[in-house]
Amino acid sequence: MGPASRTTLTVNGREHTLTVDNRRVLLDLLREDLDLIGAKKGCDHGQCGACTVLVDGRRVNSCLLLAVTLDGSEVTTVEGLAGPDGEPHPLQRAFLERDAFQCGYCTPGQLCSAVGALAEAAAGHPSAVTGPGVRAGDPVPLGASEIRERMSGNLCRCGAYPRIVEAVEDVIP
Amino acid sequence: MADAPAALGAPLIRREGLEKVTGRARYAVEHRLPGSAHAWPVTARVASGRVLRVDASAALAAPGVLAVLTHENAPRLAEPDDPTLAVLQDAHVPHRGWVVALVVAETLEAAREGAGAVDVEYLAEDHDVLLTPDRPDAYVPEKANGGHPGLREHGDPDGAFASAPVRVDTAYRVPPLHNHPMEPHASTARWTDDGRLEAYCSSQGTTKVRQTLATMFGLPEESVTVRAEHVGGGFGSKGTPRPDVVLASMAALHTGRPVALALPRRDLPQLVGHRAPTLHRVRLGADSDGRIRSLVHEVTTHTSRVREFVEQAAVPGRTMYTSPHSRTVHRVARLDVATPSWMRAPGETPGMYALESAMDELAEALGMDPVELRVVNDCRTEPDTGKPFSSRHLVECLREGARRFGWAERDPRPGARRAGQVLTGTGVASATYPVLVSPSTASARALPDGTFVVRTNATDIGTGARTVLGQVAAEALGAAGDRVRMEIGDSDLPSAPLAGGSSGTASWGWAVHEACTRLARRLAVHRGPLPQDGLEEHADTAGTADAESDHARHAFGAHFAEVGVDTVTGEVRVNRLLGVYAAGRILNPRTARSQFVGGMVMGLGMALTEGSTVDPAFGDFAERDLAAYHVPVNADVLSVEAHWIEEDDPHLNPVGGKGIGEIGIVGTAAAVGNAFHHAVGVRMRELPLTPDRVLDALARRSPERGRA
Ligand code: FES
Ligand code: FES
Repeated sequence: MGPASRTTLTVNGREHTLTVDNRRVLLDLLREDLDLIGAKKGCDHGQCGACTVLVDGRRVNSCLLLAVTLDGSEVTTVEGLAGPDGEPHPLQRAFLERDAFQCGYCTPGQLCSAVGALAEAAAGHPSAVTGPGVRAGDPVPLGASEIRERMSGNLCRCGAYPRIVEAVEDVIP
Repeated sequence: MADAPAALGAPLIRREGLEKVTGRARYAVEHRLPGSAHAWPVTARVASGRVLRVDASAALAAPGVLAVLTHENAPRLAEPDDPTLAVLQDAHVPHRGWVVALVVAETLEAAREGAGAVDVEYLAEDHDVLLTPDRPDAYVPEKANGGHPGLREHGDPDGAFASAPVRVDTAYRVPPLHNHPMEPHASTARWTDDGRLEAYCSSQGTTKVRQTLATMFGLPEESVTVRAEHVGGGFGSKGTPRPDVVLASMAALHTGRPVALALPRRDLPQLVGHRAPTLHRVRLGADSDGRIRSLVHEVTTHTSRVREFVEQAAVPGRTMYTSPHSRTVHRVARLDVATPSWMRAPGETPGMYALESAMDELAEALGMDPVELRVVNDCRTEPDTGKPFSSRHLVECLREGARRFGWAERDPRPGARRAGQVLTGTGVASATYPVLVSPSTASARALPDGTFVVRTNATDIGTGARTVLGQVAAEALGAAGDRVRMEIGDSDLPSAPLAGGSSGTASWGWAVHEACTRLARRLAVHRGPLPQDGLEEHADTAGTADAESDHARHAFGAHFAEVGVDTVTGEVRVNRLLGVYAAGRILNPRTARSQFVGGMVMGLGMALTEGSTVDPAFGDFAERDLAAYHVPVNADVLSVEAHWIEEDDPHLNPVGGKGIGEIGIVGTAAAVGNAFHHAVGVRMRELPLTPDRVLDALARRSPERGRA
């Protein structure tokens, strides 16, 4: 191995300390080192969203982040969305119920992205379609157009978008 | 003991759904084989020529690099049926992006660095990649894709056109398009100590992959196993084996290690097929009541020097409408381009874009409603073959769609609906897709504990095949669905055709139905407990499934679109898409809807965002990644509705479906294009309708139609 660094990450609540190739991106660390293959590689270039996971609660394209720069971070992948009893996350249930996927390859990224998007809206982050009636910092109400806009970093070639929007709408508190 | 929720027609949730939403479903390069290495391809930088020399020394010196395969040291393979698979066998470079070396390394990073360090020297030759409608070297192929004759002619199409009172003579262009499934083409391969080859391959059908590998590596088929338990989409591009599985197998043989190879996204356009560009000329001559007298559809397209593949885009005109005089012909030019192949509804998709756009132009020329024009030209027998349709409910789809869409309220005048800077319009197009079916085998076993195992090498590329076949089996067995285990996606299972041509469910379902029906009959007369390993029945539909039918069998549909055109920015938004289909029996409404809608979304992409360009200087595609090639995103897709008409067609197969994976895309782009014309009063005849082109088109509008 070339230059490498000892890196500690907490992934889905478990701490891992690994010697990581400095070139390795978070996506490959999850997939190759931890066998968390729920994070998918669609493009390796930040263009598809299949690799979306949560780092310290915010959604990221894990193919664009060098793992060694994330020392001390908390990472949540699709494998970590279920409850402690293994009960699937309400969003996972909604995806099943709505048939919000076909091949399933974009799905873990869609799920993590949706969890992140819901948190961003709750924290008052506006999007390109947020109306002027929403005060900066106030929770943004999520309708279909907000969901579409916020989920547009996650490509689905199977074209499940309408069902994805419905599934996300189903879990809006 | 029939179990209602398991029966055919029930909207069951996908059997593997929970695995997919929890991230447990493993795809082709996610099987952790001990000692695995990773591979990365090096692709040709010239569009035509030869590799003179490969200097791998720097790559081999990089830490972690295990080997560099080139045409000089790679295993020699027997010639495959598909010459695009003969990788690293000689120095010839037939097009830019052809694989010229493969680096194998301990890690992905090392493989990628190694690939960057391989130094290839080429002898470049002149290349010729530009398709034009009048290329003198374009020829009429004997057969286009699907075995369709390159040319069909009836009556006197030119004479009938010349004498028709109403005529449309027009040309359309569809650019190259890329499948881009979200999972790239990927394989993991290993050789066992006893000389067997095992692969996990992202494929639409591993029976064919196994045959191909056995041929190329000189093995009996029993010595090769190929698995595809979960496949991240394919849309035709994984319908045949691709270089990834051959390269991974060679690399594994060369290094003695299991090797995983996922083709980089940027290499897919050159290596896994594409929808070839099609240049269309369509002539429709009609009587003043709208009945078509003459239909001429001439298509010019490209193929590579490696293999002849001809997008059969003139074929829909042989089926769709009354046309006593017709000519439907393909011309193809062999260029120094990558080899085109299947992309969702090859032939029908670009062909119906052209034909259905021309129908809209004919309706305009006649001053007739475009739905009525299609109704007037409906036919009971297929124009080309003279065979009666086994069932044809195009008119019902048009009528039902018109009702649901609110077509009756439409003001036929173009450019009449303006709100601020946005002009809104609506359009319609028909869709068709042939009923294809292939022989398949399957087995069904009853176990002493009351459960069943049904096995066939079907592939679930996202269609819900596992779920629907479970329904077919449960119904035939008279068993609850949860008593039936489905085993698919493994070439050691009873052999089965690929998931393609919208034929999977019909082909596999036929064999599953037959095996389960036989087993049920046997169980009905069986006395006493079952033997330890149960009772098993097999089915093989060779000779029945592929028997010639005396009916023309096609699915039909109607698409309606509403678009808004921003006259300042040139942006086109599809506000509503509505499709109504007549595709035989719908076996699972939940998964069927997803297939129809998915097809329509891809059609929306074809209409508005997707387009690739052959770069004349470099010879490959200019749009090679997902930042340059724009597949639709969530925000592009507003309301998409799919509906269907139940069809009871006795001339199909025991499960009664016509196939639904492709028809959703077929008429969508034409419906959107026709809606665009209705919105602004300008006809665009080249896809996609991107803002730059739209603004140009708006600038061409005649002044009396108002300001742009
Ligand atoms: S794999 Fe990271 S965005 Fe595509
Ligand atoms: S489900 Fe296949 S890409 Fe989204």
